[in-house]
Amino acid sequence: MIEVQDLTKTYGSVTAVDHVSFTVNKGEILGFLGPNGAGKTTTMRILTGYMPATSGTARVAGFDVFNDSIEVRRRIGYLPENPPLYPEMTVESYLDFVARIKNVPADKRSGRITDALQKTSLVDKRTELIKRLSRGYKQRVGLAQALVHDPDVIILDEPTVGLDPKQIIEVRHLIKGLAGSHTIILSTHILPEVSMTCDRVVIINKGKVAAVDTPQNLTTQLKGGQKIRLEVKAPEKSLQEALAQIPGAGKIQIESPRQDGHLLATVEAVPGQDLRSQIAAKVVERGWQLYELRGVSLSLEEIFLELTTDDAAHAQPTN
Amino acid sequence: MRSIYAIYRKEMNNYFVSPIAYVVIAVFLVLCAAFFNYFLTAIIQESFQMEMQGMRFGAPADFDVPTQVLRAFFGLLSTLILFFTPMLTMSVYAEERRRGTMELLMTSPVTDLQIVLGKFFASLSLFLLMVLPTASYMVFMYLRSEPRPPWALLLAGYGGVALLGGSLLALGSFMSSLTESQLIAAVLAFSADLVIWVINIFFIRGSLGRGNTVLQYLSVIHQYEDFTRGIVDTSALIYYLSFIVLFIFLTVRSVDSMRWRRA
Repeated sequence: MIEVQDLTKTYGSVTAVDHVSFTVNKGEILGFLGPNGAGKTTTMRILTGYMPATSGTARVAGFDVFNDSIEVRRRIGYLPENPPLYPEMTVESYLDFVARIKNVPADKRSGRITDALQKTSLVDKRTELIKRLSRGYKQRVGLAQALVHDPDVIILDEPTVGLDPKQIIEVRHLIKGLAGSHTIILSTHILPEVSMTCDRVVIINKGKVAAVDTPQNLTTQLKGGQKIRLEVKAPEKSLQEALAQIPGAGKIQIESPRQDGHLLATVEAVPGQDLRSQIAAKVVERGWQLYELRGVSLSLEEIFLELTTDDAAHAQPTN
Repeated sequence: MRSIYAIYRKEMNNYFVSPIAYVVIAVFLVLCAAFFNYFLTAIIQESFQMEMQGMRFGAPADFDVPTQVLRAFFGLLSTLILFFTPMLTMSVYAEERRRGTMELLMTSPVTDLQIVLGKFFASLSLFLLMVLPTASYMVFMYLRSEPRPPWALLLAGYGGVALLGGSLLALGSFMSSLTESQLIAAVLAFSADLVIWVINIFFIRGSLGRGNTVLQYLSVIHQYEDFTRGIVDTSALIYYLSFIVLFIFLTVRSVDSMRWRRA
């Protein structure tokens, strides 16, 4: 549905987007993850036909975003970072205007507007002036605006910013519900959002793609695999020694004893190996008391930090 | 066409939900009424004086009060237009840029030209709505004056007002597309209006020779004077229409350039 090839955007000497390539399949939700200023908004603006790229191509539904811009814009619903609202309009008249400029035929207009209002739970606010709405409601009006013409592709720039936790959950549900019939790209710098809503993630940093994968693969496979945490009552030195003897064990970290004398240790394992039973056996063999033993996979946060704080040399695409 | 109408509709809607349109129109009409009243009394008084002089020295003067009033009134309208059009156009693009709604328009399936035309026609409609109530004075004159006011002058006068207004609105909209601040847009539009207003008197004393005629041709108000005499000159028509087209073109370029700038 969306194909992006070597997309580059420079502003003077600043390169905001640097040879970004990715594809999004029909009905998929793609998460765009990166710190502020990574180039997420610029990429989205190029995809929506708002600004042209310096080089590279992007196609939406087979149409080039620059040469067939109008065709692309017909098929896209876009929520920019700041919802583009007219404060003096009522919610309904605003959506009517958007439906008109998005070429929704007159006989379908009121149906589509009602539909968008229902999906964003704005039905009882339809006659309210936009300027009287709270931040969360304004965000929802922005979302309704992106849905009103029932576009094939929906591009959402930080859709949950400014919402309270309950609203965030609602919006995530809404986005998940839209997938399948719509292709969705959403950007965010909030990690749980990506793992909860997206089918695939593009991690972008300093204009470059750092990784493209499913959230599950990113959390399990990437960067050295599993870690094992254990809580045990044992002398520190001999524990270190004993753990190091286990084949396949990597770096071992032991925190200084807590008040009750328990030690917390973290063992990094070689990818693909589960050391838990061996560690348990070792502890029992030495006659120590084992209180906890569990595998920890790297969280998205850790992967994200690792990918985005590494040197440029390490920030090359990993797959 | 449908897209132009959608933009037009929204613009008109926005004009009338904000107080600016009402205030501008109300103040404009109060000023018009006051000046019209003043012209009427002053010119009637003058005509009495002329008549008395005529009686004293024989040969009664031929003094056409309605024509004199209309000329003075259309002259005044041009000055009021100079002051009022920047207020009608200052928000047209500046406010959309400030609010980020330009991004909505520019990512919708409408061309830049459709956006610009929709907005231009809306500001022109508002302008005509502002000027139209003054036609009621003309009805009053038509019913009560002797001789009746000449139709040609009335029509040419309002035609001139529409063309002059359209030109200054096109210029003002262009200025509004250059900035995010309504105030700067208004100041730019007003200054530019003034310059093309008086461009001929800047150099009229200089010994530019040919250049003088060119500058005179370029002045918006010089072109307008013929209309207040009831004359519709093709060269004036061409002047105003090309003026409007030029600034609509420049506005389209300016909107397009927003895509290339860093937001």
